[in-house]
Amino acid sequence: MTEASPRFTPVTLLTGFLGSGKTTLLRRLLSDPALSRTAVLINEFGEVGLDHHLVERIDETVVLLRSGCLCCTVRGELARAIRDLHSRRERGSVPAFERVVVESSGLADPFPILSTLKADPVLRHHFRAGAVITTVDAVNGFSQLGFHPESIRQAAAADRLVLTKTDLADDGAITLLLAQIRRINPDAPVIRASETDFDAGALLNPGRTVSDFQARPIEDAPHGQRIRSFVLTVDEPIDWTAFGIWLTMLLNRHGDKVLRVKGILNLSGEATPVAIHGVQRLVHNPVHMNGWPDSDHRSRIVFIVDGLDQDLIRRSLAAFNGLGTPAAERA
Amino acid sequence: MCSLCGVLGGDEHWADAVPRPGVFTRNASPIERRRERANRVRVANRALARFGLSLSDWQGTSFLLSTRTGKTEIIPDLGHLWPAAEQLTGRICDPLAPDMIDRLERGDD
Repeated sequence: MTEASPRFTPVTLLTGFLGSGKTTLLRRLLSDPALSRTAVLINEFGEVGLDHHLVERIDETVVLLRSGCLCCTVRGELARAIRDLHSRRERGSVPAFERVVVESSGLADPFPILSTLKADPVLRHHFRAGAVITTVDAVNGFSQLGFHPESIRQAAAADRLVLTKTDLADDGAITLLLAQIRRINPDAPVIRASETDFDAGALLNPGRTVSDFQARPIEDAPHGQRIRSFVLTVDEPIDWTAFGIWLTMLLNRHGDKVLRVKGILNLSGEATPVAIHGVQRLVHNPVHMNGWPDSDHRSRIVFIVDGLDQDLIRRSLAAFNGLGTPAAERA
Repeated sequence: MCSLCGVLGGDEHWADAVPRPGVFTRNASPIERRRERANRVRVANRALARFGLSLSDWQGTSFLLSTRTGKTEIIPDLGHLWPAAEQLTGRICDPLAPDMIDRLERGDD
């Protein structure tokens, strides 16, 4: 690898529903000189790809994945395209990019894309998942979140949410949309694309930092609403072994309904907290944090679920955590 | 195993991460790794008992998941544990099943 290349190149996923402003945002990001060393993969659902022309930067580090959706028909193509970029970077035939941005099609589910990065034996040794950035259209977002499950999955998986077209929507509609977004994804920062001090670099930085984690109180979802989020706060230290067995069991049976799990854990026997982060059945490697973000040292786990019972999850975690205690100590 | 298509050998399980900067793992030293594997077998067996299954370490590289009649499957990591348990028993292993939670809360494992 060239000296300038990072050991693990972050791959940022830019997603959002059809027409929500992904390409406009990408064009804006790429115009920032600080982000010039960025390779871009663009996926379009249609037969004729246009988005790569719209980003106005045509060079060998912009790759179009056409004729299909990234989360299903062209998933293999994504892995091949990133491997090819990596190979060409090693050989010096493309500029040494330091990050990759994948713009998904508007209908893509983020989980298979993230899973592809982790599952590919080459990619996982050279690339890592960066932030998931989801664009939400202030004009149509409310109805899209109400009627299109793809839109909900995109919002739930986001590390950062970018609200677009706020200049075209009235304040009342934006307030309603923000409340809807908060129910689906309570802890991801929401950035308005129209903000003048929009920091493109901060948006692309790999997510899941300590400062990102803010387990805010979450409003109760209205009755009948299937998608809901909540924070589990656990007073007792968590047994890592029991937690691993519990979470793998939960995701094996209910992975398609756990849209997101993200938290900081106070583990028995560990001086500093550990962050976990998962999207459906995919769980990223746990991160050993340097310290607690605040004076509250209890474990806090954010769940975004589709129809699962919050109380059963809380009781189940507590019951499994008890399995970690050796028999002699239980007596 | 790939969590999408089931192809073997494609994944590194998050609970068994390879030691590298910033990543939390209990694989950092051979002793720590063996201790964690022994602990995993102990804890998993308490959860598996209600399904008539038992887990044992196999050569420090895989695990053996067995029924009471001796039907056995080799699994490489936790990612394979519950799909294999469901396949061997023909039962659903649901951590949110109220009767399972009740029994765990009572300590009937």
